Amino acid sequence: MMDLLNILMTESFWAASLRIATPLIFGVLGALICERAGVLNLGIEGIFVVGAMCGWMAVWLGTGLWGGVLVAALAGAFFGLLHAILTVPLGLSQHVSGLGITLFATSVSYYTYRTALPDVSSPPRIEPFRALDIPIVSDLPFFGPVLFQQTALTWLALLMVALVWYVMNRTALGVAIKAVGDNPDSVDAQGLSVYGLRMGAIVAGSALMALGGAFLTMSAFDAFFFGMVNGRGWVCIALVIFASWRPGKALLGALLFGAFDALQVRLQTEMGALVPGQVFLMAPYILSIIALVIAARSADYPRALLTPWFKGQR
Amino acid sequence: MIRIEPRENPSRAFAFGIPILSAVISLALAAIPLLAAGANPITAYGEMIKGVFGSVFAVSEMLTRATPLIFTGLAAALAFRAKLWNIGAEGQLYLGAMAAVAIGSGLLDISGILLLPLIIVLGAAAGAAGMMAPTYLKVRFGADEVVTTLLLNFIILIFLQMMLEGPLQDPMGLGWPQSAPVLDQGMLPPLMDRMRVHSGLILALVLAAIAQFMLARSVWGFKLRAVGENAAAARHAGINVRRSLFGVAAISGALAGLAGVSEVAGLKGYLTADLSPGFGYTGIVVAMLAGLSPVGVVIAALFIASVFVGADSMSRAMGVSSFLADLVVSMSLLCVLVGGFLAKYRILRTKGAKA
Repeated sequence: MMDLLNILMTESFWAASLRIATPLIFGVLGALICERAGVLNLGIEGIFVVGAMCGWMAVWLGTGLWGGVLVAALAGAFFGLLHAILTVPLGLSQHVSGLGITLFATSVSYYTYRTALPDVSSPPRIEPFRALDIPIVSDLPFFGPVLFQQTALTWLALLMVALVWYVMNRTALGVAIKAVGDNPDSVDAQGLSVYGLRMGAIVAGSALMALGGAFLTMSAFDAFFFGMVNGRGWVCIALVIFASWRPGKALLGALLFGAFDALQVRLQTEMGALVPGQVFLMAPYILSIIALVIAARSADYPRALLTPWFKGQR
Repeated sequence: MIRIEPRENPSRAFAFGIPILSAVISLALAAIPLLAAGANPITAYGEMIKGVFGSVFAVSEMLTRATPLIFTGLAAALAFRAKLWNIGAEGQLYLGAMAAVAIGSGLLDISGILLLPLIIVLGAAAGAAGMMAPTYLKVRFGADEVVTTLLLNFIILIFLQMMLEGPLQDPMGLGWPQSAPVLDQGMLPPLMDRMRVHSGLILALVLAAIAQFMLARSVWGFKLRAVGENAAAARHAGINVRRSLFGVAAISGALAGLAGVSEVAGLKGYLTADLSPGFGYTGIVVAMLAGLSPVGVVIAALFIASVFVGADSMSRAMGVSSFLADLVVSMSLLCVLVGGFLAKYRILRTKGAKA
């Protein structure tokens, strides 16, 4: 018990939690925007892979780090647009389309990587984002190391939470997006474009998801590996339900998940002799399922989620 | 303006034509990545065909690859018929495989003719068990089974590593994370001398035939389709929807488990953590290409297996990445999805005026 308290008191633990949470923050926000507009985006896992691969490759080709972030976002937006066309005007199964996008995006990324680098056994490295060392505040006792030594992408993720919260709750656009996910007929009656709002939301959400992937290759690591996304996208789909489709709770969910993941790594080193390490590795996925079950009961989900809408048909 | 309206009589020709057309289009689209890799598409297609049909060995390899895909394709097709989105076939496959090596490698003292049937039954049971928790969470709490089965795949894969470094590890395996081999009497016999194709294929074909018959002709199949088409109406008609869901969940999980049994006891002989290159996920594509029909699953599995085996062979000959196969498979899923739309709706151009 004392060990646990000791872990929770350390700066490095909370810094790691925030670091692990960063890709999930992007992913949950992206999924949140899509689902608020009424469309489930199971393409998320593949869009993470695309973001990771494209961001890394752009930097490797010399665009610079922020160029890589932009390329990743655009690539995510492209696959989002594909999902949007299939699910909104065509009204196809969001489940199957999303899985198809994940398979497609993943294989495009892997094929591109292998074609560009046919014979490398150890993946080439890039110079990733460095911790933003802000003078004075970085030297603050506890918050300095936790907050002010993260990379710029973590700051971008936190900024996005605020931005998505603001757009969703304080702007007419946010009201329209939420309405289109609850009652598309009423949005149509007001003369707004249901298709436009839904497709726009999916494209924007997918761009955010890709940034989660880009964080992996451009900040958490410095190279691209096959299988590196490892279910993070699916975890986001569970977390967005846990978050009741609210940006603030999405941040909380991602941070809790990050803290739990950071904790399991530390417990693993402390208790490795007693319990097999894999038990701890499983914990985050089990936690996601539990979070899903808890939230599913009270879910105030977007009413028109998974329901296609066609113009002129009621 | 473009207007979309439902077709009054969706033609039956679409049901057969669209999957075939999707397969052809996705193969044709593969020319783009081939060109991007600097390969001549015509030569590449030639190499692929040679790699699948060029010899008895090649055909045997294709059938070997199709075997697990028939199992996982059936697993997805039956579940999807009832609108139960079992995306967990990958995990259930490994549950079946773990059961197979646990019983089959001599941990239990079962000898002779009983071993193989026991491996098959318990492997199927393990897969079915893997589908119970997500189904329970769905009917009891309304937790989306897509997400729970996907997450379970990762949990089971980690559990597998734990088993392969623990109780299931081969004591003679020099510390590698692999299981002890299945005893000879527990192996599915090969179908041809010096070829890898094995009797798991026969089991898969028999199960596909049974599934086709049950789905089309039995009360069980009728209830299953009723639940899938309209759960509320089915409940109103006196069908126990929960029981139907649990039933199809068990069968779907069992079929996926058998894919694992068949790979271990028919092909590899022992279990490692890379037994399946995503057979569970590819099974979803197989099922969708098949229009969720069990007979269609067999045909679609043969097609997808040909793509994989052909691309592997082409990759060796021409140095193009074999991820090309995954590209073709994923494109065929997207094509068949769009094709399904064109079968149900027609797109009309309304002149000038805004609707």
